[in-house]
Amino acid sequence: MSDTRIPATQDAATSANAVTEPLEETIWEEKVSLLDRIPRAISMAFVFAVFVGLWHGATSLGLVSPIILPTPAETLKDIIFVGKNLLAGEYMLPALWITILEVIYGFALAVAIGFSLGVLVGETVFGERAIMPYLVAIDTMPKVAFAPLFVAWLGFGIESKVALAAFIATFPIVVGTAAGLHSADENARMLFKTMGATRWQTLVKMKLPLALPQIFTGLKIGAVGVMAGAITGEFLGGGKGFGELIRVAASQLNTPRVFSLILYLSLLGLALYALVTFAQRRVVFWQKTTAAASHD
Amino acid sequence: MSSVVATPSSESIAADTAVYSLNRVGKTYARNQVVALEDVSLTLKKGSFSSVIGSSGCGKSTLLKIMAGLIPPTTGRVELQGKPVVGPRRDIGMMFQQATLFPWRTTIQNIVLPIEIRDGRDAANKAKERAHELLDVVGLNGFADVYPNELSGGMAQRASICRMLITEPAVLLLDEPFSALDELSRDMMNMELQRICSEQNATAFLVTHSIAEAVILSDDIYVMKPRPGRLAEVVNVDLPRPRTLDMITTPKFGSIVDYIRGLLDKGESL
Repeated sequence: MSDTRIPATQDAATSANAVTEPLEETIWEEKVSLLDRIPRAISMAFVFAVFVGLWHGATSLGLVSPIILPTPAETLKDIIFVGKNLLAGEYMLPALWITILEVIYGFALAVAIGFSLGVLVGETVFGERAIMPYLVAIDTMPKVAFAPLFVAWLGFGIESKVALAAFIATFPIVVGTAAGLHSADENARMLFKTMGATRWQTLVKMKLPLALPQIFTGLKIGAVGVMAGAITGEFLGGGKGFGELIRVAASQLNTPRVFSLILYLSLLGLALYALVTFAQRRVVFWQKTTAAASHD
Repeated sequence: MSSVVATPSSESIAADTAVYSLNRVGKTYARNQVVALEDVSLTLKKGSFSSVIGSSGCGKSTLLKIMAGLIPPTTGRVELQGKPVVGPRRDIGMMFQQATLFPWRTTIQNIVLPIEIRDGRDAANKAKERAHELLDVVGLNGFADVYPNELSGGMAQRASICRMLITEPAVLLLDEPFSALDELSRDMMNMELQRICSEQNATAFLVTHSIAEAVILSDDIYVMKPRPGRLAEVVNVDLPRPRTLDMITTPKFGSIVDYIRGLLDKGESL
């Protein structure tokens, strides 16, 4: 056998070497538009520059009243002022701290209630039949409209804001948990049945881990909602938080201040979101590749 | 029957022992009055490899689920190692189309999962030694502590073979185990499966859509027909063992395949 094969391979080798005449190669370039070739950081910087440029143009040409829209420079000045105030621990820091507390308590409450309800609804037939319809019904309501009720029930303190924040953030966590618990495929369920697993074992060793990616999606949506809830609560229920500072600044037509306060609030929101994302990377470590893919 | 039992030939006692037997098993789904399975009787002998083949809707999956103790039959008797099957059992091993390895567990943690579920974590840790042996058997040594998303489809199915074998089951139920693999891997895995089954002297029952796969692996092929799901014929494959992929091109292999195709086509336009 080997004797007959060797000449064959030699043939192939010699025929490959025989091609010594110049080869007219078909090399061509794949077209990628110039815009798609720009790296991310530069693209982002570009959009930011265009945005600030338009903003500056609109304000410096007197197209917009400075009360409605301050110049970028004024806004930056105020951002630095507020930053200094916060760092120096002056009156804005306690306000920020109150809002941070509302967000933390609200989120913790939302996670506890949302996860428990999610397991109840996702794991039990009764929960799905009897409780889920009510949750869906409440979820379709504009939850902010409940704010006056929470104020009436819990007063003007931090409690009413925590309640509203938790109320808004709970639903995405319920939905994420319940949907996640249904994500186990038929094979996984059969496998656990054939192993004689109890319901508890099936939940803890299979369904919950499989649900984690969707639970974290719910947590991320909840993290955004909890911020909105806390600030809305402060707008409507007073108190001494950051939302109150915004309300006061807006009523004084101090637009640069409103902008800079919103910036610092968004940093708080980003921090919470980043925290959840960090926890997700750690807990759902096996999802790394898909998480990276979804960001690209 | 009793007269046959009266004169047992000494050398065939072990080989002819029925491990799994179904007697006049039927399944009717009450909800929509569908007869999924009617009057199925079969016997799996110790160390034998049997396949069931048939078009979609012939009741193969129902049959397998009944044999796995996942659903109860409506009529008939199901018996494994002399004891009626009335639920999932440790001496039933099962393998699915998908490897179904859990991504948060390493390969070896996935393999000892059945032990962890049945006997707890300590027993699972003790079973790791056996799991390493099984990894050697399927050619996956060195992959014990790797997470499943680093395994190829074929490797993942090898790992799931280990998970099936870890409880030392008396019967292996294989639900189209390699149908999600590409054809080259599939052929190779089938040969591996044959080797593993003969090494372990396993009694195996395979559900498949592929006639060639059934013929290359099986001693007996149960041909099923749909509406209602029933056994049409049992085809005995007397190709010598061990089977090799070269046999696929032999006339004998071809004639068995043709015969089964004829059975499946009879009265059915697929």
